[in-house]
Amino acid sequence: MSALLMADITVFVLSLLVGFEVISKVPATLHTPLMSGANAIHGVVLVGVMLLAAVTTTAAGYVLVFVAAAFAAMNVAGGYLVTDRMLAMFRTRARRAS
Amino acid sequence: MSGFDTTTHLIYLACATCFVLGLHFMNAPATARRGNQLSAAGMAGAVLTTVVVLAERHVITAFAVVALVAGTVVGTVVGVVTARRVQMTAMPQLVSLFNAVGGGAAALIALTDAFEHRASLATLPTETTVTTVLDLIIGGVTFSGSLIASGKLAGIVPGRPIIVRGGRLIDLLLLLGTVVLGGLFLTGHAGMLALSGILLFALVFGVLMTLPIGGADMPIVISLLNAFTGTAVAMAGFVLESTPLIIAGALVGAAGAILTKLMADAMNRSVGAIIAGGYGTGDEAVAIPVGGATSVREITVDDAAIQLAYASKVVIVPGYGLAAAQAQHEVVALAQALSDSGVDVSYGIHPVAGRMPGHMNVLLAEANAPYTELKDLDEINPEFSRTDVVLVVGANDVTNPAARRPGNAVSGMPILDVDKAKSVIVIKRSLGHGYAGIDNELYAEPQTAMLFADAKAGLGKLLEGLRAYAA
Repeated sequence: MSALLMADITVFVLSLLVGFEVISKVPATLHTPLMSGANAIHGVVLVGVMLLAAVTTTAAGYVLVFVAAAFAAMNVAGGYLVTDRMLAMFRTRARRAS
Repeated sequence: MSGFDTTTHLIYLACATCFVLGLHFMNAPATARRGNQLSAAGMAGAVLTTVVVLAERHVITAFAVVALVAGTVVGTVVGVVTARRVQMTAMPQLVSLFNAVGGGAAALIALTDAFEHRASLATLPTETTVTTVLDLIIGGVTFSGSLIASGKLAGIVPGRPIIVRGGRLIDLLLLLGTVVLGGLFLTGHAGMLALSGILLFALVFGVLMTLPIGGADMPIVISLLNAFTGTAVAMAGFVLESTPLIIAGALVGAAGAILTKLMADAMNRSVGAIIAGGYGTGDEAVAIPVGGATSVREITVDDAAIQLAYASKVVIVPGYGLAAAQAQHEVVALAQALSDSGVDVSYGIHPVAGRMPGHMNVLLAEANAPYTELKDLDEINPEFSRTDVVLVVGANDVTNPAARRPGNAVSGMPILDVDKAKSVIVIKRSLGHGYAGIDNELYAEPQTAMLFADAKAGLGKLLEGLRAYAA
């Protein structure tokens, strides 16, 4: 096992623990925006698609990169936007509907 | 490490910090929006940094740039348009759809990366081949599973459990096939064909896993699939040796795992039993004609309105029936009218009241209910004994006192202690059963009165009655 892999595994495990710690404090009221926001965060897979594009040199590879980029971009853009829309609705006092 | 590499690594670290802090700010409604924006800023930083890295390396071909940019533009437009247009009631299927494409992208990364190295697959280090296989399996299951879940939530695929004959045997064969192909690939005896087979098996398994799960169990399935996607993205991070993917994937994996556990606890069922499926009837409750069953007391709209007007403390218990009837605006208008005339109003929300964790809270927030009035199970239960009137709308099993006794379908499920209040008014179309398929003993209690009506119409009439009485 390489030192790089060991470092990666360490980062993975510690991130899991940080995730458990941070997320277990989120109240039930915010569970839907939390899930949607977390969903947007895994849209970071777009960075992966970009790194992948750098080593792609075949026609089939380009097609796969196109599809993967579309999937990932949809995940990121839609995820953050819809989470923001939801969170904007949470307010302390009711707006007067007149 | 060159100065450039050091700088990009530090920027990626800062972006990962934004993700963690963003999630941290989600622990209170007042800071949650800023948290999400911080997380989005981190994402923008990570993407821009990667653009700079690609430009600096000078290895990317023109075709790859075109494919990347075109894909990103198409995906962004589709994502933005759907995110803007979606109804809050349709949120679970959209989150599930975004989850599907995230998992799909992670699986495609593993497939494409292997394809580009197809000539030298045998010489790839073990950690790359192992994570490639894992990424394909988890990403594939997530993609097809989330699509089916999304279809079920949207009503495109029937919500009831669909039992595939011989499903268990097929699952076993898929598992066996995956192990064989994975073994052949990892020992260098097979290449792209084996990987494609693994992805195909994973896709079929995702479909077979989700089809038998009933509509009421969807909050758990969505949470679980969310955890899968996070893990798949982390695996893609291992394949590409990219730290931001590993960190973000692990964070999401943890989030999904926690929500899965919370939802399973709230239904008192094990995750394994839910995945095995076949529970409940899906979206349609079994209807039993009014008056056919036990001695329940009916109440007229006017009497109910007077009872509410005279109460000093009212708790509203909304369930999925409320969301299905799109009556969240009516219920909030009623609560507003009550609170205007000096009644202390709050909402008691069960964790599984909706189609995804916390869904009911979003629907009520959309209808302008202040989040300070939204109480969860632990907050509201001690308050019922001091409550004059509980108004139950579209909730059933989560209020059934039978859950406190062993030996029935809801035994051990944490419930809202509605029966401890002085009086209870239940708005319901008929005496039908909930998902658990058993009688709700609450309805036969002496303090309970039934108002037989559709949630939307019933609440509307109640509000009219209240206004007529106040005037």
